[in-house]
Parts: sequence; structure tokens; C-alpha cells
Amino acid sequence: MSTQQLPEHPDFLWRNPEPKSSYDAVVVGGGGHGLATAYFLAKNHGMTNIAVLEKGWLAGGNMARNTTIIRSNYLWDESAAIYEHALKLWEILPEELEYDFLFSQRGVMNLAHTLGDVRESIRRVGANKLNGVDAEWLDPQQVKELCPILNISDNIRYPVMGATYQPRAGIAKHDHVAWAFARKCDEMGVDIIQNCEVTGFLKDGNRVVGVKTSRGTIHTEKVGLCAAGHSSVLAEMAGFQLPIQSHPLQALVSELHEPVHPTVVMSNHVHVYVSQAHKGELVMGAGVDSYNGYGQRGSFHVIEQQMAAAVELFPIFARAHVLRTWGGIVDTTLDASPIVGLTPVENMFVNCGWGTGGFKGTPAAGLTFAHTIATGEPHKLNKPFSLERFETGALIDEHGAAAVAH
Amino acid sequence: MLLIPCPNCGPRDETEFHYGGQAHVPYPENPNELTDTEWSRYLFYRENPKGIFAERWVHSTGCRQWFNMLRDTVSYDIQAIYPMGARRPDLAAAPAAEAGTASTAADSTTTGTAAPGTAATSIAASTTSASTTAPEGATK
Repeated sequence: MSTQQLPEHPDFLWRNPEPKSSYDAVVVGGGGHGLATAYFLAKNHGMTNIAVLEKGWLAGGNMARNTTIIRSNYLWDESAAIYEHALKLWEILPEELEYDFLFSQRGVMNLAHTLGDVRESIRRVGANKLNGVDAEWLDPQQVKELCPILNISDNIRYPVMGATYQPRAGIAKHDHVAWAFARKCDEMGVDIIQNCEVTGFLKDGNRVVGVKTSRGTIHTEKVGLCAAGHSSVLAEMAGFQLPIQSHPLQALVSELHEPVHPTVVMSNHVHVYVSQAHKGELVMGAGVDSYNGYGQRGSFHVIEQQMAAAVELFPIFARAHVLRTWGGIVDTTLDASPIVGLTPVENMFVNCGWGTGGFKGTPAAGLTFAHTIATGEPHKLNKPFSLERFETGALIDEHGAAAVAH
Repeated sequence: MLLIPCPNCGPRDETEFHYGGQAHVPYPENPNELTDTEWSRYLFYRENPKGIFAERWVHSTGCRQWFNMLRDTVSYDIQAIYPMGARRPDLAAAPAAEAGTASTAADSTTTGTAAPGTAATSIAASTTSASTTAPEGATK
């Protein structure tokens, strides 16, 4: 358990400027992905006359509603490449951003509960190793050694038959990640504009030339959409469709406890994932609600199932109290992989479809999306994640490694 | 959790149902003639409105019948239930609600027998009776 103290931060980490009438580029969405995109646009491409538009408050959407898990143990080459690049960035970003967001590489276990799980997991460990991603297969005893509070007995409904383990994976403090990016963006001259909702787009033929907002019209040569659950709403305003369905995904925390949970444990099969936050809350995630929704709240029975799974796996949680629950809106695709790249509208780019795994991808999403916005071309890491893959059939089917059912 | 008024069994908890995604997505009439773009539209593209959505549900642990539903994806209010194959009801034409329409609340309305003769049962127009009779036109 980390004994690090939370970093002190000054009262104001960024300005609250009035929107200018024009920018070289506008990023829609002031969450982690939007801020990371603006950061890499400024740092890697020298674009500082840019704005990040946020309809609410900075990082108040999914960036404040996730379970902060970071890992890169995905199956397919394309996913392993982008998530592993993200993980490598996570390892250097605290220093680069000069802000300690408490990235704690305490490892992630993905439990296997059926023979099918075991086979899939061992295959994934092999695939990970071939892609240079650290991965191990653990038997139940080794699982117990790493996380002693886990119940590995045979007499539960879905006994633990082993786990994949990624030692370099972990958690970070999501708020601090957002603040770290925002602070650096602001230092480099990026305008972060909160309470500014996009209400439409200005187009010249098929080329986007501006953004209509609740705070006036902004002319711009390039628009990047980073609005997670609301991406299809924005796309519709711009005149195209996305193969996206938005679903509520919820999580919860317990009250504070002594350090009892030394790693991150995820189970796709019984569907719960647990870590212990730096302060001591047990952070637990559930599955998505089956139906489409934008209500930022999930169904009670989803929590019931999640808690049943958690208590069976971790008997000592039986007397823990739930402190609060919350929901985010995740934008899911049919292959459980993101869409990062060009759109049918010229000069408009989209970063969406990260579904239940957007937080861990934040730095790589920002880096590759910034490249795409600045150059008008995909980055080699996001090229496979194009919108065209739904036409060509080159899908990246990551349902197994996504860990949360989409 | 949604309280879903099954047209055959009456109001039941969401856990008894399975979600079937967007309603009114016809299989292509001439599949062999579709371009890749058209196929991708049929396979992967669905509406994702922030507001009223026409979707399919099946009462898996009850009558095991499919039906269509109009639901608000922001408030989660269920606005109408209607049979598979029927046209999407025009909510604007439905009479104003007499009582609350919070279908997610414990005291929500059920499938009443309002608007007889129409294919759809508008929840907004139904009464607060505890009737569990199937609406006219429901798939039996």
C-alpha cells in the first residue's frame, strides 16, 4: 500500500478564459482524453492556439466516474500496441507533467473461473509476452499469495482456477491526472473553457469550419471530438453516424479501511473488479446496464450481482459498508475497441468508443489523436482503430480482454 | 431498476427481461446486392438517441414474448409498449398524462387499457389501475 501523501496543489491550476472567436483547433470534451489530446497537440505539434470545450466542469464526466485501473494485457496486436504505449506513458507522465498523480504499479490480476476462462487467459498471457507486455499465469495458490484476502476454496459457485497477472499494471488518482494535464495545457497557452456546450457545427460544404456553442460561435480549422458517451450526439449534429451505443456503467466505494487489498483483482466471469484506493476505500466496478442510457445512474440489480460476487471472492467484505455509488455513460462499439481517427466530415476527427476502458488509454488516446488532428492522418497506433474497420471487416474483437461486458 | 409493463404479464422487474436493442431494423431485402458500406450500416450502425428510443425487449422469465417499447434514454421513463411488427406510435398524438409517468417508481402505472383500438399502449395515457390485462393488439 502506498504511503505517499497527496500532492499539495495551488488554488488555481488553470485559467478560466472567455472563448475567443477563432482557434487553430478545438477539442470538444474536457475530460481526460480531451485534455491529453490538447496537451500533446501543444507539446508534440506546437499547436497552442487551441481550445478545449467542456459543457460542464473539467473532468466531471467519465474521468470522475471510473475505477482508475491501468493495464495493457489485451489480446490483439493492435490493442496491445496502443494500451502498452499508454502504460509506458503513464510510467513517465508524473515527471513530465511535474505533478504526482500517484500512479501505483501494484499489479492487476484477471481471475479465471471456468475451463474456458483458463484457456483464454493462458492464450492471452502468451499473446501478451509476444507483444512485449509483462504477463504471467498464476495458479490458485499463487493468487492467494499475492492477494491473501481472496477466497480460493473449491466450494464456491465459481472457484478461482487461476489468474493472469500484469505486475506493471495498477491505479492512479484520476482527478489528479486531469489536473496535471490541465495545468500543463494551461501553461502552454491552451484555453480550457468550461460551461461551454457545443450546440452545432459550421460547415463549408463537407468541411467543418466552426463550432456553435452556448457561449457563442467559434471559428476553427480543425475539430476533435472527445466526448465519450455523447460522441454520437455530436456526430449527429455534424451530419454523420457512429456505430456507438451508450450505456450506463456504475461503480461504488466502501468506507475507508486499513490496507487489506494489495493489488487489483478483476473478474470478467462473476463480474466484479476491486482495488483499494490510496486513502483506503474499496473501489468496485460492475457491469454495464443492458439498455441504452444517458442518465448517469445504473440499475440496483447490477450492484446486487456485483456485491454477491465480491462477497464470495472476498469474504471479509461482507461487513463493509457502501459509501456511495455513481454511474458514467460509456460509448460501446460492437467489437469492444475504440474508434480514433478521421470522420466523413473533412477536418473533423473523432476519439470515442473506448467503452468501459477509456481511463487506462488516456495518454495514448491523447498522443495518437493529437497526431491525427495535427497532421490530418492517423498515427500508426490508432490506424487500425478507424471508422472504416466496420466496413472492411477488420474488427479488433476485444470482448475477452475488455474485462467488462460491453 | 426499470419496472417494465409486459403486455402479457403486467408490470415486472427489469431482471425478468432481456434487452434486444433498437426496434424496426429490417433485414435487407436483397442482401446480395448490398455494398460493404450498406452491410456495415445494417450490422453495426444503430440509433443512439438522447431521448425517446424505440427498442425491443423479451420477457425471458415470464411469457417469453418479444415486444417493442418507447423509452426515454435520459429519464428512463417508459412511454409506450406495442407489439412486434406494429408501427412506432406517435407520442405527440397520445393524450396528456393523467398521473405521474415515472415507470421506474414503485407506484408507477401499469399497462392499462387506454387507447383501445390502437396497436400501441401508451403508458402516458394509461390509468393508475392495477390491471394486468394485455392491451389490445398485444402478441399472445
